[in-house]
Amino acid sequence: MTFWSRFRPYVMVAPSIVIFSIFFIYPIFYMIFLSFYNWDFINPVKEFVGFNNFVELFKDSAFLQVLSNSLNYTLLSVSLSIVISLLLAIWLNREGAWYGFVQGALFSPHIVSLVSVSLVWMWLMDPKFGLLNGLLDMVGLPKLEWLSSPDSSLLSLVLVSVWKGVGYNALIFIAGLQSIPKDVYEASALDEANWWRKFYKITLPMLSPTLFFLIIINLISSFQVFETIAIMTNGGPINSTNTLVFYIYEYGFRYFKIGYASAAGVILLVVVGLLTLVYFKLLSRKVHYQ
Amino acid sequence: MAQIVLKQIEKSFKQDKVIEGLDLTIEDGSFTVLVGPSGCGKSTTLRMIAGLEKETGGEIWIGDQCVNGVEPGKRNVAMVFQNYALYPMMTVKENIEFGLVNRKVPRPERERLVKEITEVVGLAEYLHKKPQALSGGQRQRVALARAMVKSPAVFLMDEPLSNLDAKLRHQMRTELIQLHKRLGATFVFVTHDQVEAMSMGDRIVIMNKGLIQQADGPMKIYDDPDNVFTAQFIGTPPMNVMDRERIQPYLNGQLHDDIGQVGFRPEKATMSLESRPQTGHVHFPAHIMTRETLGAEIIYQLESALGLVSVKSFLKPLESASEVNITVSMQDLYYFDRNGVRARQHERSEARELIVLGGKHS
Repeated sequence: MTFWSRFRPYVMVAPSIVIFSIFFIYPIFYMIFLSFYNWDFINPVKEFVGFNNFVELFKDSAFLQVLSNSLNYTLLSVSLSIVISLLLAIWLNREGAWYGFVQGALFSPHIVSLVSVSLVWMWLMDPKFGLLNGLLDMVGLPKLEWLSSPDSSLLSLVLVSVWKGVGYNALIFIAGLQSIPKDVYEASALDEANWWRKFYKITLPMLSPTLFFLIIINLISSFQVFETIAIMTNGGPINSTNTLVFYIYEYGFRYFKIGYASAAGVILLVVVGLLTLVYFKLLSRKVHYQ
Repeated sequence: MAQIVLKQIEKSFKQDKVIEGLDLTIEDGSFTVLVGPSGCGKSTTLRMIAGLEKETGGEIWIGDQCVNGVEPGKRNVAMVFQNYALYPMMTVKENIEFGLVNRKVPRPERERLVKEITEVVGLAEYLHKKPQALSGGQRQRVALARAMVKSPAVFLMDEPLSNLDAKLRHQMRTELIQLHKRLGATFVFVTHDQVEAMSMGDRIVIMNKGLIQQADGPMKIYDDPDNVFTAQFIGTPPMNVMDRERIQPYLNGQLHDDIGQVGFRPEKATMSLESRPQTGHVHFPAHIMTRETLGAEIIYQLESALGLVSVKSFLKPLESASEVNITVSMQDLYYFDRNGVRARQHERSEARELIVLGGKHS
């Protein structure tokens, strides 16, 4: 073995390892390190405070509200998005130009930048001049407050996230549906299975790898929602749409309480890490693989 | 009880007509094999009987019910698929009882049926395994059990043995024949393998390009083919069929004008070193090109003035000479008209008249 042939594999993977270390591994550990300090970004001196940042976080009623907002937002948007996109996928999973067109149309929000999406929806949801209230008015329904009331602001953000995500999810679901062998459905037709039994006993179990994959990546990305909030609501009104990542951003880059923000970041890391762990546990146990 | 009748069945996929004007009666309790080359419409026919494919014209009757538009599950048929089509996420037991649960068969009855069937097919110890943990043969049995447990009047099988290895296939063949005897149900079996067809079916339906070429018992098809296609499809090696121009010089007397081709089975020809023309026989020299020594039988490929000819000999020593003479009795010749249809009326009349001599001088 020459020197080169022994080290070639390491040299080959080195670039990605270096990038991964600099931009992922190092920041994670630096964040954990910072969460034990008080620091304002400018002062060269970092003051060690132990777990004080975490204690303060959980004493802060705003932070608890932020956690519950994040949880509500995540659960709502993921469950709605998964259910709607699954139904759409089942409807769209057939031959025909029309279905292809609808599929493409549904997918298009995914490729539009979230910032422009947010701006368009702000305009649509404007309580006075928005198209949505105009439509409601036209059919004789009462107008809604959308983003300007704490009661409906979070739901409005969920609506945007579902609208943006459904096409992508449906596309993945359709791919999953198409990998189910046709003859299994034929066998079930001969076994007198009705639509519900076919769906519940065949489609759903055989789609479970796709389903779990989508649930987890949607959970993780919803928990990290930021752009729509930063642009559409700034966490308001009355903190009703303030979620974890936006909270971290505000404390880190607006109030320059880096230690405090890092502590919140550690909590986000723990939550996302747990979700991922659950995903792999479930994957190895419950999910059917062919 | 469960006779299947297809009346003027038609099937087209978009522009392509796959089957046109198909009439077929599958008798109650028969083991009918649909056989033909790929793309001949045999699977499509089977799937139309099952209701998985919608016929574009004609009527399908199962028993005394016209099943056009009846859902697959309501036709009292069960099907065994080529790749078994088991439900991969269900255990063997769940696979077998899925149809029963859908029919709301009460649990004690279900348990009894599953127990009975699994003992018959020898799966009792695998009840709680999933299909992926089973071998090909075991999966095949699960598929059979799933079909049997519904005690249908008709079993439809779409090349169910083609994914098994040779030994297992042979074994399953025998088991299926026994199963058919015991159940007394109508079996419709699709295959492209003529050996499978001959060994299993009590009635064979040979199809080509969407048309039925012949439907008869296996020996009748072998001994008395209706046309060139059937004659060449059944039998290994296939029947030697040659154009009239080639064989005419070896026959004493003129072939009838209608006759286009003449054939004989490879095993009806005998080889000898000396040229010994006999009356009532076709006799011609040939050159041995290849020898397939299969054990009890030997298959020779020969080149002659009649074209390429195969000859099959049984329990005889290997012929080592390369130049031989072939003799075939006139009674073993099959005549076909210019469309490839058997011309039986000429066989009888001409076989008597013609005297056959060796060589080209008649």
